[in-house]
Amino acid sequence: MYRVLAREDLTPEIHLFRVEAPGVARKAQAGQFVIVRSDEKGERIPLTIADWDEKEGSVTVVFMEVGATTRKLSCVNAGEAILDFVGPLGRPTEIEKFGTVACVAGGFAIATIVPIARAMREAGNRVVSIMGFRTRDLVFWEDRLGSVSDELIVSTDDGSYKRKGLVTEPLKELLQNTRIDRVIAIGPTVMMKFCSLTTKPFHVKTIVSLNPIMVDGTGMCGCCRVSVGEETKFACVDGPDFDGHEVDWDLLMSRQRAYLEEEKEASAFWEAACSGAKNHA
Amino acid sequence: MPKKVNLNRVPIPKQEPAARKKNFSEVALGYGEEEAIEEASRCLQCPKPTCKDGCPVNVDIPEFIEAVRDRNMVEAVRILKGKNSLPGICGRVCPQETQCEERCALAKKGAPVAIGRLERYVADWERAHPELAAKQEVDYVAGGRKVAVVGSGPAGLTCAADLVKMGHEVTIFEALHVAGGVLMYGIPEFRLPKQIVQGEVDYVKSLGVEIKLDHVIGKIATADELLESGYDAVFLAPGAGAPMFLSIPGENLNNVYSANEFLTRTNLMKAYLFPRWDTPVKRGRRVAVFGGGNVAMDASRCALRLGAEEVYVIYRRSKVEMPARLEERENAEEEGVIFRLLTNPKSFMGDEQGRVRAVECYEMELGEPDDSGRRRPIRKPGTEHSIEIDTAIVALGTRPNPIIPSTTEGLELTRWGTIRADEATGRTSRDRIWCGGDMATGAATVISAMGAGKRAAADIDAYLREKR
Ligand SMILES: Cc1cc2nc3c(=O)[nH]c(=O)nc-3n(C[C@H](O)[C@H](O)[C@H](O)COP(=O)(O)OP(=O)(O)OC[C@H]3O[C@@H](n4cnc5c(N)ncnc54)[C@H](O)[C@@H]3O)c2cc1C
Ligand code: FES
Repeated sequence: MYRVLAREDLTPEIHLFRVEAPGVARKAQAGQFVIVRSDEKGERIPLTIADWDEKEGSVTVVFMEVGATTRKLSCVNAGEAILDFVGPLGRPTEIEKFGTVACVAGGFAIATIVPIARAMREAGNRVVSIMGFRTRDLVFWEDRLGSVSDELIVSTDDGSYKRKGLVTEPLKELLQNTRIDRVIAIGPTVMMKFCSLTTKPFHVKTIVSLNPIMVDGTGMCGCCRVSVGEETKFACVDGPDFDGHEVDWDLLMSRQRAYLEEEKEASAFWEAACSGAKNHA
Repeated sequence: MPKKVNLNRVPIPKQEPAARKKNFSEVALGYGEEEAIEEASRCLQCPKPTCKDGCPVNVDIPEFIEAVRDRNMVEAVRILKGKNSLPGICGRVCPQETQCEERCALAKKGAPVAIGRLERYVADWERAHPELAAKQEVDYVAGGRKVAVVGSGPAGLTCAADLVKMGHEVTIFEALHVAGGVLMYGIPEFRLPKQIVQGEVDYVKSLGVEIKLDHVIGKIATADELLESGYDAVFLAPGAGAPMFLSIPGENLNNVYSANEFLTRTNLMKAYLFPRWDTPVKRGRRVAVFGGGNVAMDASRCALRLGAEEVYVIYRRSKVEMPARLEERENAEEEGVIFRLLTNPKSFMGDEQGRVRAVECYEMELGEPDDSGRRRPIRKPGTEHSIEIDTAIVALGTRPNPIIPSTTEGLELTRWGTIRADEATGRTSRDRIWCGGDMATGAATVISAMGAGKRAAADIDAYLREKR
């Protein structure tokens, strides 16, 4: 059992858990993930490591409620426990001195890009971060990402806060106006796809963090297979970071939709069970 | 009085095919007491028994069978468990026909004593009578050392149980959220109920073995870090868990599974109980399973139980070359699995939503024998045909997972990627690191993994005593 030391609701649907997992905290590196299972009947799902504190022995994860499993997870309160928390899995993000690095994140992935931006800056890079949200009410961690970046651009899809538009627009301007040596893009699959399409004409290597459906997260099942540069890879062991210009995005999006029907069935089943428990502090 | 040879093997009651293909309950129901005693009475009690030589863990077969015959079940349990910590598992899944039973004196007459069924009977009797069964005595010796075991499959469990019995302090590190390895995630409930596995894992824990779940060695700690943190020896038993695919077009379409994924979802994650359990699996109506081994039989029979109307096993050689156990093949056939032999897939075709809708195959014929001694299948030109399916399961076997080899410096590998380990002792090229089970041999059997665990435990113990 892994105790949730603290919980923060970053938006009504995006939650942060600081989980007691000293073994994982000791080895965690930016870009890695954990496999989480909330309870005995629960699914195993991957969550990117957003932060860790070796002294406290804690690991922070941030997730968005999208289906039955994340909704169930959102019913766990601080002080309660999660049944399984396995990691750190996957390869860490390649951190080196590249020059200027653009860190682009959308939605809940803002949390996971913070340790990467921090590590990039510690490695001597100039870090320009771009964070995108749907609307003003969903903005979080502007200061945190700002504190580990040399420059920060914030955009909202509807223009209700700072720049209006998708993150790809400021990204494109940046590429036109400055020399960028590497781009890291993390967020919803479509966003990563369009960031990769945006950077491609500029020939700037773009690293994305793929999140296919997983089961074990250790290379045992092949559920997480993705096609990169025409080759089949297991995202959980060969990734999750890949070169965005080489990823077969359509295949990834199609595989992410493999259980849409079942997802609906499961959500209906759990809706009732969870609704009562959702009155957390 | 000379014993009369009785050639009537007592049959094991089974669920009827029509009923069992709709449920996940155990197929073979096991002997009752009278059946067990009748079968035990057929044993000739040979003065020089050969059956034992066929057992990788050297169970005292005639002795435990004699105890069954004499209705002394407490004694039968004691004898059996003296050599085998997992008898309820072995009695169900060991290929006895090529091991102990093949060497039975009555095998020549076509009716070997049903050693496996008796083993199962004794193990099940103990489960049903926990208060009567004698407690195993553990010799705790002062000054035992600390040993880390990686993986809780049959190799790891056996090695851990033996070492703890020798007085050492043992911790098992297991990557998954339950212990048992393939016994838990691969072999289906209807062949090996998970309660039985859990019972035998609990027994190993009751001996004093600590099991740390959710620990992927190579990630949370490397083998070297285990040694640095105070373990005197490490036994690697992570199995050969990485799935192989066909490498043909369309293989990444939705609803194309590796057998590992399909079985893990179904057995470990209990997808057959979805949505009460959260993990789904596609309940295909027309399912093709590729391969001819036990894993293919398990996958095809699971697919039937999940409600498939038609399940094909597509295999590129003929029936005689099939590596699956005869019994499993017969079970599958009885349940209605359709065998498409001498057939090989060429590509998968998908629908507009990216789901598999058909597999294009061609026919094969058998040529000269290859390295494995089996006749090499050759493609017959002009025989392309397509089979409509909505789910595909690839059961071509597994290869070693590189997580441990790639994080342990100086560990010599074979050309198949397995860890090189001495067969008699399990020693690897690295000091204080042993290895056994599927990771050393490639995919094999439960009992051979157990045998390797036993031999490694003996060698580790000898090594640690010497060092003391
Ligand atoms: C579907 C199927 C059916 C089978 N049927 C039969 C049968 O009927 N009879 C028979 O005799 N054999 C059968 N086999 C083969 C048999 O199960 C294996 O040979 C046997 O389980 C191998 O044992 P093992 O201990 O080496 O490894 P495994 O059983 O594979 O166990 C290895 C364990 O190590 C864990 N692990 C892996 N990597 C790490 C890591 N880095 N850190 C920590 N833990 C790790 C795994 O999660 C797993 O729990 C079958 C296999 C399959 C897949
Ligand atoms: S999640 Fe199973 S292999 Fe990657």
